[in-house]
Amino acid sequence: MRGLVIVAFKLLVNDRAKFAALLVGITFAVFLMVMMTSIFSGILAKSSATVTNVGAKVWIMDRSVTTPASSIPLPDYVLDAARSMDGVRFAVPLYSSAALVKLADGTFQPVTVMGLDDSSLLGRPELLEGNIQDIYAENGFLVVKDEEYPKLENPQVGTVLEINDHRAVIVGIAKVASSGLFGLPTLYTTFNRALQYLPNTRFTISYILVEPKSLDAIPGIKAQVDKLGYVALTDDDFIKRITDFYIHKTGLGTNILLMTAISFLVGLSISGQTFYTFIIENLERFGALKAIGARSSELVAMILFQAGFAALVGYGLGVGLCTGIMTLAKLKIPDYASIITYQNLALALGMVVIIAGVSSFMGVRRVLRIEPFEIFRS
Amino acid sequence: MNAVAIHGQDLVKWFGEESNRTYAVRDVTFDAYFGELLYIVGPSGSGKTTLLSMVSGILRPNEGEVLVEKTALWKMSSNELASFRLNKVGFVFQDYHLFPRLTTLENVALPLILKKRPWHEALQQASKYLEVVGLLDRAQVAPVKLSGGEQQRVAIARAIVGSPEILILDEPTASLDGDTGRRIIEFVKSNVLNEKRCILIVTHDSRILEFAHRIMRMEDGKVTRVEAGAGRA
Repeated sequence: MRGLVIVAFKLLVNDRAKFAALLVGITFAVFLMVMMTSIFSGILAKSSATVTNVGAKVWIMDRSVTTPASSIPLPDYVLDAARSMDGVRFAVPLYSSAALVKLADGTFQPVTVMGLDDSSLLGRPELLEGNIQDIYAENGFLVVKDEEYPKLENPQVGTVLEINDHRAVIVGIAKVASSGLFGLPTLYTTFNRALQYLPNTRFTISYILVEPKSLDAIPGIKAQVDKLGYVALTDDDFIKRITDFYIHKTGLGTNILLMTAISFLVGLSISGQTFYTFIIENLERFGALKAIGARSSELVAMILFQAGFAALVGYGLGVGLCTGIMTLAKLKIPDYASIITYQNLALALGMVVIIAGVSSFMGVRRVLRIEPFEIFRS
Repeated sequence: MNAVAIHGQDLVKWFGEESNRTYAVRDVTFDAYFGELLYIVGPSGSGKTTLLSMVSGILRPNEGEVLVEKTALWKMSSNELASFRLNKVGFVFQDYHLFPRLTTLENVALPLILKKRPWHEALQQASKYLEVVGLLDRAQVAPVKLSGGEQQRVAIARAIVGSPEILILDEPTASLDGDTGRRIIEFVKSNVLNEKRCILIVTHDSRILEFAHRIMRMEDGKVTRVEAGAGRA
């Protein structure tokens, strides 16, 4: 069979025009599919950045919260109640809000300020420079060094910023797993300092972070929080809620799905038609092979190999092209929201397999139907 | 006389529905012998190619049977038939049907590749047959760059590379000028035909009839006459 595979390979790649057209079709389809789904994944990852970066197991919030940025302040009694619930090891408040930082040149830069529980600092980021204890120093703030960091003019440890007419001193430079969706730099401080620096509503707790005694305790905690009229979500639940919001409430999911489907159809039509033409042009040769003594199964294997090979090369080129363009885009636009995930790759691969399958199915049908007798009669 | 290579018995082939049936071959019984160059001659539509297709295991007759070395061809399964064609029959098609995307050498090696010979071994073997037809120096050239006569020789090399016992040539000189056609048949007779091989040639080219051992004439699907050929090379 190896010899026939080589023959199939040569028949395919030596027909350069057809092979190029096939590759262009599949590459283009894969590029669009991966690009679309990667943008979606990027948006989801960035929109879930707070959840990922803080890393709490259970989050208590208002039932109406859809994304971390749209937190609804919780009354203090919810925190007290949470701390007394069965299965809760500890519960701490988290503050999250936007603020304006006045830069040295007098311009203002919006930032996200995260206020960590003063005693535990639960959800603190990993430090690249500085000492975490310095967050307790007067006016102490940590700055996250991510794509948005240059917007604060690359502050160093000791840099003084101005937040709402308050002096803020950078005492540490941190890194996080993911930066946010809206292109804002992030500052961390203690919960109480955040309240001092920023104007507040009556209730001040954005989220309550809960450490359960065990994973088995989580359903019980959820039920107890539910009785209070609020909702407790695991980090995965919260990310799913965010994902659902973007998919179902923003139209983003529908648009991405539509674009992915269109990409698939474009790829299918270009590749299917080209491959079918390739088969039709070689139909007499397949018939001759059949007359010489090739079995139908061998011809089918040749066609499947050709379709599969073209699909995989096109897939590789498409993913490579997508990666290249995303890399270039991120060089120019640091907070460009696009991430290639294994799921995106698997989805695109699945669709490419379908494209190859449909294309080869049409070809196989024609080849199986051709009678070697027709070769004699031609 | 040599042993019978092919025996066709009461072969009938029709096309179309019962109400609109067209007979291509009617009650044809014939023998072809090893070491023989048998011509099947007749006007267009006389059933030559249909008969050839039934004899070579390509087209199932509606009635009758073909015995190749006493083995009933049409009792075989489709895979057995494919195997029979691969191992026992060599084809030279009228339009050659060479693969333009493969080299001349790879074209010749195709039957060996179908026989699952290793790639390099198949090419090595094929190069010997290209040498036989005098085209070894054109081994790496695409068939489209060869002349009609050269393509015909490549097709012959491909047909004989698997050492088939039956060689079938369908209108081998139809696309060639008179001299080239004669040279091709001369070449086949002197280099390809041997005591263990039977060659059937379908033609209506009277210029090459002189090479035949026997000539079977067909008209309207029937064998009208079998005559001895001049048989000279």
